[in-house]
Amino acid sequence: MRLPLSWLLEYAAIDVSPDDADGVADLSRRLTACGLEVESVEPVGHDISGVVVAEVLDVAELTGFSKPIRYCRVSIADGQQRHVICGARNFAAGDRVALALPGAMLPGGFEIGARKTYGRVSEGMICSALELAVGEDHSGIMVLPADAPLGADFVTYAGLRDVVFDINVTPDKGFALSVRGVARELAISCQVPFTDPADVGLPADATATSPEVHPVSIEDTTACDRIVLREVRGIDPATPTPLAMKIRLARAGQRSVSLAVDVTNYLMLELGQPLHAFDRARLHGPVVVRRAQPGEKLETLDHVVRTLDPEDILITDESGPISLAGTMGGVATEVSDSSHDVVIEAAHFSARGIARMSRRHKLGSEASARFERGVDPQLPHRASARATTMLAALGGGTVVPGCSFAGAEIEPVRIAMAADYPDRLAGLVYGLETVQKRLREVGCAVAHMPGSAADRSDGAGAGSGAAAGGGEGAARPDHGRHDRPDLTLLVTAPSWRPDLTDPADLAEEVIRLEGYQNIPARAVRAVGGRGLTGRQRLRRSLSRALAADGYVEVICSPFTSVLDFDRLQLPAGDQRRQAVRLANPLSDDEPLMRTTLLPGIFRTLARNLGRGFTDVSLYELGMVFRPKSGAPPLAPILPVDRAPTEQEVARLGAALPDQPLHVAAVMTGNAEPAGYWGAGRPAGWQDAIEAARLVLRSSRLTFSVRADQHQPWHPGRCAAIVIGTEQGQEWLAGHAGELHPRVIAAFGLPARTSAMELDLSVITAAADAAGPVQPPSLWSYPLAVQDVALVVPQAVPAADVERALAAGAAAAGDVRLESLSLFDLYTGGQVGEGFKSLAYTLRFRAPDRTLTAEEVRGARDAAVAEAARQTGAVQRGG
Amino acid sequence: MSAPNKAYDPVEAATLSAGELQRMQADALAAIAAAANLDELKTARLAHAGDRAPLTLANAEIGALPPAARADAGKRVGTARAAVRAALVQRQADLEAERDRRVLVDEAVDVTLPWDRPMSLDGARHPVTTVGERLADVFVSMGYEIAEGPEVEAEWYNFDALNFPPDHPAREMQDTIFVAGAEPGERSGMVLRTHTSPVQIRAMLTRPLPLYVVSPGKCYRSDALDATHSPVFHQIECLAVDEGLTMADLRGAINAFVEAMFGEGLQTRLRPDFFPFTEPSADVSMQCHVCRGASAQPGGQPCRVCRSQGWIELAGCGMVNPRVLVACGIDPDRYSGFAFGLGIERSVLVRHGVADIRDTLEGDVRFSRAFGMEA
Ligand SMILES: [Zn+2]
Repeated sequence: MRLPLSWLLEYAAIDVSPDDADGVADLSRRLTACGLEVESVEPVGHDISGVVVAEVLDVAELTGFSKPIRYCRVSIADGQQRHVICGARNFAAGDRVALALPGAMLPGGFEIGARKTYGRVSEGMICSALELAVGEDHSGIMVLPADAPLGADFVTYAGLRDVVFDINVTPDKGFALSVRGVARELAISCQVPFTDPADVGLPADATATSPEVHPVSIEDTTACDRIVLREVRGIDPATPTPLAMKIRLARAGQRSVSLAVDVTNYLMLELGQPLHAFDRARLHGPVVVRRAQPGEKLETLDHVVRTLDPEDILITDESGPISLAGTMGGVATEVSDSSHDVVIEAAHFSARGIARMSRRHKLGSEASARFERGVDPQLPHRASARATTMLAALGGGTVVPGCSFAGAEIEPVRIAMAADYPDRLAGLVYGLETVQKRLREVGCAVAHMPGSAADRSDGAGAGSGAAAGGGEGAARPDHGRHDRPDLTLLVTAPSWRPDLTDPADLAEEVIRLEGYQNIPARAVRAVGGRGLTGRQRLRRSLSRALAADGYVEVICSPFTSVLDFDRLQLPAGDQRRQAVRLANPLSDDEPLMRTTLLPGIFRTLARNLGRGFTDVSLYELGMVFRPKSGAPPLAPILPVDRAPTEQEVARLGAALPDQPLHVAAVMTGNAEPAGYWGAGRPAGWQDAIEAARLVLRSSRLTFSVRADQHQPWHPGRCAAIVIGTEQGQEWLAGHAGELHPRVIAAFGLPARTSAMELDLSVITAAADAAGPVQPPSLWSYPLAVQDVALVVPQAVPAADVERALAAGAAAAGDVRLESLSLFDLYTGGQVGEGFKSLAYTLRFRAPDRTLTAEEVRGARDAAVAEAARQTGAVQRGG
Repeated sequence: MSAPNKAYDPVEAATLSAGELQRMQADALAAIAAAANLDELKTARLAHAGDRAPLTLANAEIGALPPAARADAGKRVGTARAAVRAALVQRQADLEAERDRRVLVDEAVDVTLPWDRPMSLDGARHPVTTVGERLADVFVSMGYEIAEGPEVEAEWYNFDALNFPPDHPAREMQDTIFVAGAEPGERSGMVLRTHTSPVQIRAMLTRPLPLYVVSPGKCYRSDALDATHSPVFHQIECLAVDEGLTMADLRGAINAFVEAMFGEGLQTRLRPDFFPFTEPSADVSMQCHVCRGASAQPGGQPCRVCRSQGWIELAGCGMVNPRVLVACGIDPDRYSGFAFGLGIERSVLVRHGVADIRDTLEGDVRFSRAFGMEA
């Protein structure tokens, strides 16, 4: 909202000049401090000098040029006559104009000099509104009123030196979309008198109706609860808008259109009430406010023919729709340069109805912005009365006395609030006098609830109940110590503040006007928290483990597409193809939410490679989104006047997709960097599986790595990571390995790129179920070490051999196999085609003695025997 | 030799004889058939269908023939080249299928082999993660617990329960990304959460009172990406609901938080703002932690971090609107609450002097690496 200071000062009696930078800055701070955030303070008119009021003495038409040019003789009553070249044609001898003399400065640092042009010397320039930054009009020069004093400095004459505040008005503060609202706030802040512009220039009985005025009725009172029509007859449509009004409109960012339209816009800016001017001659029969009928159309002022929705709120006459109520007028009844009789409409429309309509037609206007945020329902009579009075006075017409009105009386909002509620909310003592004073300043009527001092059981909402119990007064000596803690106030909100509905709204008025800066800070009290959950700690641990292992965390785009699923080679029925679809995605190419982290992290990898990095290992922790099968299509909108029931909460939950947290890693180039120590080691499937192991180890769960085939991995280099419990339960946590070459090609990644992806929700659920750690007994008798080499067929997984060795050793009696590690892997001539040799170190210990060589051999043999039984292993050289 | 000759040249035209073309075609087909893998096929393609391949050169000679002979020769060369092209396409497909069928099987390894990496690269965590954890830990140290919620959220949690009335401009300001309904044009009642505030509702509905929670998480808005806005970003919010909480408690929590994150002795400032779920509402600024406000004083050195304003806008806050408490079944006459929330990316930008939010999004390893393991 852009408003010039001069306009605000007309109603708030503050003594400050636009040249007083400190004074202006103080006002700007005050506006921001009371909740009207000033985004910019723009001095205007300060950059204009040397422009004077001049009279055109005569005009000579020059011919022979590409366009008609005038050579004018002008006077500024200083005894000199000057000659000026001018391309405009909208003036005549005798007109007064704004003349920039040689040496004048115009906005934007544009200097005027005497110059030779079109074969003549031009001693200055006759200015258009645009050139003086007081309007957009550049179709001709600005013709000034005949009484403009010759030779006067134009800046002084027109009051151009001003300051424009650009205020960011939050959606709750509809009242501040007007001079009326902002000036009131300034006056309160500065504690100076305020004149309400809605009380100015009204006829004696502003609400009197008259059959002389064009008739109006309301068909749907949910769309509109009040509408007023008034008439002015016999105005001269050619009357120019007064310069001062034009300047104010321009400063507020409004284009000057015609006198009738300018008057309605001017009053909308001043009062906050949108007004519409109809050409009376183009109305057919009584005006009716109603919803649209199927198939109706309306061409609005922006020359768009709109097909109307049955919910649209319309102003109509017998010809059909003539205006989108509170949003935009129609072309057919627009005032034009031949409109002598004008009907002014002012109404109070449903905020929600206007909001829906303007959204539906993607048509936001100054009017709809105000109606959406709430307009004073008492304004239609006043604003329309001021409009007709002003239009008649300026345009030479006659006001038809009285008005035509439809609608009902609107009951004011009454709120019961405990007198000490603002104090209790703010945490400091304002006292009854201050609370009442502040509420009255914003326009509330404040009364004491009868009997409230004795009986507090009025139950009127927050702050109105009994003072908080439980010895609070003793624990917080600065709270609740109010001069009238037992009193309830009955507050009537002013009609211009439809945002005031609850005690909390009233408390906010008191607190903001008393100043947020005065609220003390109370030291934080310790509260009883339990710290991070196991899941939260696990997430941090595995993130640190991956980073410590050389992975860089990235946060990738969560949006995806069917094309990504194709690139991943996912088969038709794959669960990962079932994705949440967005109604209005950021990009139409990516309308889905991710079901796997892989495409996003692949693209981030490619971006890093594109920036010249070759050895890149990345990881991401993030949610994926999997619609539940059989989920209801709609998450219901529950009531808000009570807590939802368990069933209602369950209905919301049923509609939402599953959103498990995943972790993914991808790696390419060297996993171990090359350097003076030698060549690097390329990252491969082992690293992907190791990254998965790292995550699982952080969880201290028992897990196994198994060969699997799963897109998008290489069918021979893909491992499933399976969590197992001692009870034999198993959960698939995810997959790891080298990517399929087709996937690598589809994402443009280097050959042999490897990746892993795990479902952390599975891991954390299993970890929650696992219970506390049971550490081993720390036996201190000596360790006995045995090495065995086993030959098995190539296809036998090492994990199976290890499992069998451990099982065999465990069955060998009172000896514990403390650890088992692979120290050599050999394939080649000595073990034969299709076989491999796995060499393990076994470490045994007993709880209560030093093991004998015999016991150790026995345990080793038992382990080998079990491996032979389970996997066909043959001990090499044994 | 590639320029068309007007004169008939019997030597050169010999390459266009039927026998010669048949031989070239046979050579090409044999080479293609003999290619045992995709690399060999690439070599064969170059030799028999590349720029210097015999059939390509023969094609260029057609122009040298007498006009009467051109059509016939052109047809024969065309047929031979088409046959070679078809054979290449077929062999390519065969070899790819072969690779998928055999080579990928041959390449099978024992994925269960243990593996230890002796040395590793320079890993790092993302500053949005580590700064988010630090922010959360400040509250956890005050006794708050971390609460989490879904990113695809029901509208009721994201808006209605937070006192955003339907069709109110406040709802429109959030630039919401909606989940599509079952049929085009239908509603789903679900959105990508526009803030972490729905977690407040979930916490109030499920946790016992008094309640002190902090909720970090990812949020979405259909904002255009620029230096200070990202459609996907992270927020962290704290919520306290207890008996007798006041704005003074809110200020205390904010001050403690600013001290922990940005340094001791920094002033904070509240100014009125509007959020439907708090009343009163305020935006929080803190004194610039770099210049401590000096840049805004007369004669002060310019400050890049606060753009010489002396203050940095940090967060939004307020007292929980009693309507929100009611929607969560909490008695507003007994309990009051406060909430405040801020953008994690914004905190990273402010705390570490990052000029462009896009640096936090692109996943460039240099950015995360600069932060190491903890921010
Ligand atoms: Zn600074």
